Amino acid sequence: MKRKPFAITLDPGSSLANHTGTWRTLRPEYVDNLPPCNDACPAGENIQGWLYLAESGEYEAAWRRLTDDNPLPAVMGRVCYHPCETACNRAKLDSAVGINSVERFLGDEALRLGWKFRAPVESSGKNVLVVGAGPSGLSAAYHLARLGHRVTIREAGPLAGGMMRFGIPKYRMPRNILDAEIARILALGITLLTNARVDNKLEAMRDGSFDAAFLAVGAHVARRAYIPAGSAARVLDAVSVLKGMEGEEPAKLGRRVIVYGGGNTAVDVARTAKRLGATEAIIVYRRTREKMPAHDSEVEEALQEGILIKWLSTIRKANDRSITIEKMTLDEKGQAQPTGEVEELAADSLVLALGQDVDLSLLEGVPGLEVVDGVVKVGADMMTGHAGIFAGGDMVPAERTVTVAVGHGKQAARHIDAWLRGRRHVPASRHELATFERLNTWYYSDAPKSVAPVLDMLRRQSTFEEVVGGLDESTARYEARRCLSCGNCFECDNCYGVCPDNAIVKLGPGQRYQINLDYCKGCGLCEAECPCGAIRMVPEEI
Amino acid sequence: MTDQPIKFYQTGTFTVGNRLLSPEQRSVQSNMRRTNSLNSGHRACQGCGEALGARYAIDAAMEATERRLIAANATGCLEVFSTPYPETSWQIPWIHSLFGNAAAVGTGIAAALRVRGQTDVRVIAQGGDGGTTDIGFACLSGMFERNDDVLYICYDNGGYMNTGVQRSSATPPAARTSTTMPVGKGTGSAFGMGKFVPAIAMAHEIPYVATATVADLRGLEAKIRRAMEFRGARYVHILVPCPLGWGHASEQTIRIARLARETGLFPEFEAESGNVTGVTRIRRQLPVEEYLRPQHRFAHLFRDPPRADLIAQIQALADRNICRYGLLARQEAER
Repeated sequence: MKRKPFAITLDPGSSLANHTGTWRTLRPEYVDNLPPCNDACPAGENIQGWLYLAESGEYEAAWRRLTDDNPLPAVMGRVCYHPCETACNRAKLDSAVGINSVERFLGDEALRLGWKFRAPVESSGKNVLVVGAGPSGLSAAYHLARLGHRVTIREAGPLAGGMMRFGIPKYRMPRNILDAEIARILALGITLLTNARVDNKLEAMRDGSFDAAFLAVGAHVARRAYIPAGSAARVLDAVSVLKGMEGEEPAKLGRRVIVYGGGNTAVDVARTAKRLGATEAIIVYRRTREKMPAHDSEVEEALQEGILIKWLSTIRKANDRSITIEKMTLDEKGQAQPTGEVEELAADSLVLALGQDVDLSLLEGVPGLEVVDGVVKVGADMMTGHAGIFAGGDMVPAERTVTVAVGHGKQAARHIDAWLRGRRHVPASRHELATFERLNTWYYSDAPKSVAPVLDMLRRQSTFEEVVGGLDESTARYEARRCLSCGNCFECDNCYGVCPDNAIVKLGPGQRYQINLDYCKGCGLCEAECPCGAIRMVPEEI
Repeated sequence: MTDQPIKFYQTGTFTVGNRLLSPEQRSVQSNMRRTNSLNSGHRACQGCGEALGARYAIDAAMEATERRLIAANATGCLEVFSTPYPETSWQIPWIHSLFGNAAAVGTGIAAALRVRGQTDVRVIAQGGDGGTTDIGFACLSGMFERNDDVLYICYDNGGYMNTGVQRSSATPPAARTSTTMPVGKGTGSAFGMGKFVPAIAMAHEIPYVATATVADLRGLEAKIRRAMEFRGARYVHILVPCPLGWGHASEQTIRIARLARETGLFPEFEAESGNVTGVTRIRRQLPVEEYLRPQHRFAHLFRDPPRADLIAQIQALADRNICRYGLLARQEAER
């Protein structure tokens, strides 16, 4: 035995022998909570996930993560009403992260650099028919193809795109972008048949020996309202006006155009009329701005472009060179009531934008199918009452946006895939919501939102050039870095740094951390100082 | 210092690490191979600010000196919880002698190294506020005036915590300790007493003096690194909240330290040869109540009726610091 100094009887030891973990009554745990953007996305994108990759400039990886859920990022980055930004926790700090503009940047970058989707590894040998090449049909086709199924799309129109092409004007959705994103989906080996309207669903299934079908025919039939009209009065519907923009010759609307309705379509038509040379484009809507179904950003842009809106007005009569409108008032229940007070507006044409219905004729004779309020009833698995026939998009009960349609396509594809393989698709349970209250916002740098460039007014009023521009690389990256990464560890090392007991083990880049419970005293500093709320304290069982 | 972001990095340098920063911009504490100078298994309370501050400071000093470091430690919490016989949590050469003589032991080690001609090994003396501002003050002042080549680090938790929370000369006014109970009309620790040792150190015109908190890791590490660039006597004073003595929840340690700075009650600055050379400005100014209210040692200020007079006096102390050290950011620095 080594001789010890005077009065020393024990060998020196390390405090590592002292397992202070036994003091603990609360135990920290890493969690992945659901960021509000992901929660709000109708297409089910992992927004926080792709922003995380974009933050470090890994744009292709970010794009791949994004397109795991949505094959149309360049389209979506232009036409989505971004409920993600409405839900964004950063709005409570300064302003929401410009998710939509980063998405557009990634989409455009992918087109610029020619990134392609990876083809499926193995084929299932199953055939699926998709009816309609709108956002929902394309999304379903894309996901089904990636899951290994052979997909045929039958489209009644001359080109793919559905309402993205025939409903959304060019100044919001440039056609070269749309064409490129559709072509990239079709390059997965999907057969697209255009001008191939399906008249009888069951026959089409049998003829093509399809194992399953996804219906997404959209809502293209303009709703009409009875309005007494003079013999020379020019009354059109919004669907054909917008569709006509894709044809040889746009509809002749004249110098003074009145649009009747309050949805996005009404705004689109009024802005289109302005660009076609109308000196006056007036939207007549029977309720107030707050009640208007059109999205606020679009109404705002329309007003900027000089579109006039007559609130609380209905159209009584369409005369030859004018229309008669009646003032409305809101009763105590908030319902619009006529006042009897009328006004004459000079008008060369009247465009009705009163909503759209679904043409359901192809479903005649399909047993088990249920139609409620003009749309097809589907279950949570997107399947109609007839086994093997699924439906989505505008023809099923839901909000009618491109994003919702893309989401339907994805969901349906997953259920169709499971159904074809004789299984049931059980969606993963949703994580707990990552609320603002769980963030420690001290740690985030102050950074106001970057603003996307906007086309100058004269060109907005006279041409169909795209109104809102894209972000350049550095601005897009800046915007991505404004993400708070709510509820998901972004490896800031705070927990690793602030633990007074060195009880957090850093596993290295991309590997996150582990808690060494031998020494963790359960003080809770890691949880309190985690910027994004990715740690929670749970009581120990005693 | 830390308030000059050139590019935007999501969390900038506020967090311990940041995967978006280049490796040389990252903190010592974010490094997987940091020395963990104060190892796991020590017996500090849950959420101990001193254990955290000591690891931050000594790891940074180890990094700055290429791991050639000896530390002398005064008696106090830090010594008691880290070295119960025969265990030690220290992973550096470390010596404890008495309560009041850490500075003198440091001086002795530095002298021995000088005699041996070993210039690469650096010396740290460290202790709590009791061992520094009260009991070891004469040795400390001596070390300063002789300009001995020692970095003295004081971990200020405002009292004698391991013996049962007695008042020290670093206990702030109005704080309740076991020797300054706010009985009757009493205020707790009296106003107009105590001392601020960083200012006294500056009066010695030693090469480098700095104050820091455990809430600003980057600032703390930068100051230790800077201190190690000098030869001669240096002093770094680190505010380390004490969940036990201050009566706050264990997970609040860093937040309380942050509030001390953001209210202006604890100024963070650097001084060279007696002149202030840098100040960490307040990022989001807050009234002192925000700092006082979560701490049980100030609970008597918030009874019914609250002691608005005392809170106003404490606010006046914060305002004096803000004015004296220029703690508020100018408009352009705010952006």
